[in-house]
Amino acid sequence: MRFSIYRYNPDTDAKPRMQDYELAIEAGDMMLLDAMLLLKDQDDTLSFRRSCREGVCGSDAMNINGFNGLACVTPLSSLKQPITLRPLPGLPVIRDLIVDMEQFYHQYRSIKPYLINEEPEPEIERLQSPEERAELDGLYECILCACCSTSCPSFWWNPDKFVGPAGLLQAYRFIADSRDKATRERLDDLEDPYRLFRCHSIMNCVAACPKGLNPTLAIGRIKELLTKRTV
Amino acid sequence: MVKRSVVGAGYGLRDWLMQRITAVVMAAYSLVFAFLLLTRPVHDFAGWRALFAPEWMKLASLLFALSLMLHAWVGVRDILMDYVKSAGLRLALQSATILVLVSYAAWAVQILWSL
Repeated sequence: MRFSIYRYNPDTDAKPRMQDYELAIEAGDMMLLDAMLLLKDQDDTLSFRRSCREGVCGSDAMNINGFNGLACVTPLSSLKQPITLRPLPGLPVIRDLIVDMEQFYHQYRSIKPYLINEEPEPEIERLQSPEERAELDGLYECILCACCSTSCPSFWWNPDKFVGPAGLLQAYRFIADSRDKATRERLDDLEDPYRLFRCHSIMNCVAACPKGLNPTLAIGRIKELLTKRTV
Repeated sequence: MVKRSVVGAGYGLRDWLMQRITAVVMAAYSLVFAFLLLTRPVHDFAGWRALFAPEWMKLASLLFALSLMLHAWVGVRDILMDYVKSAGLRLALQSATILVLVSYAAWAVQILWSL
């Protein structure tokens, strides 16, 4: 099984290079991450992030044969050889497949990803009806792996100004939450030619999301609410 | 001047809506125009003049031209915002775009009412 993997160590390398690897294994029902761990045994200078190895933590997001995805939930048998692995596009590379996620987290923080509610706290929890809770389905499952935002050209061009699909999905997650009372402030913050309207609905984010979420739909809902309060 | 990334202009919805509404106007006009050409084919200059002679056709065509200008303004501005990093150059190019589009609109009026 043949691999071509992006290698770059900013301390010693003048520029990035692609390194070929071979593994004498059958794909079987192995995931890509399993093979990468075997490669790491072969060459322990190969660097990548991984943690839960079951698609929950979002650490091992990378560009696999040209598509962003999680190595731990990508079956080896589904990949054409040589399997080409590169870091997530658009973010600064720290080393090999490890990228600096700060720009991504900065945009996530900017949408205030927490409930804002100044009303007096009730004796018990702030209850939701099953219908209100169902509004959050397809939004709360995001694991912040950055597959979507780093597949979005608008985020590549303006990572410092455009919130990106992951951030906007989370922005809508809090707008949609019946317990949050800051809808107006959140909409004010997003009504901006750069923060929200850099999205031109090309839906790369939807194609990339390993959790099957739909940021474009959430962005459409935000635009709907903005329209509703204007007209 | 500090080097700082700034956002928060607080507009965008109107342009986004306008682009969608003008797209509907242009699609409707294109369908009607195609229907007219299919039902009464135009062969010569006199035919074209006759097609644009009724006042409603002139007005509809003007509406189409204005929709096209507004639609193009939002689209071209978006391209400039994506790709032109220098704010000064962006301002110059955006101003030039507006001037060109306004001239086109005036030109469209002149053409339609001189037929």
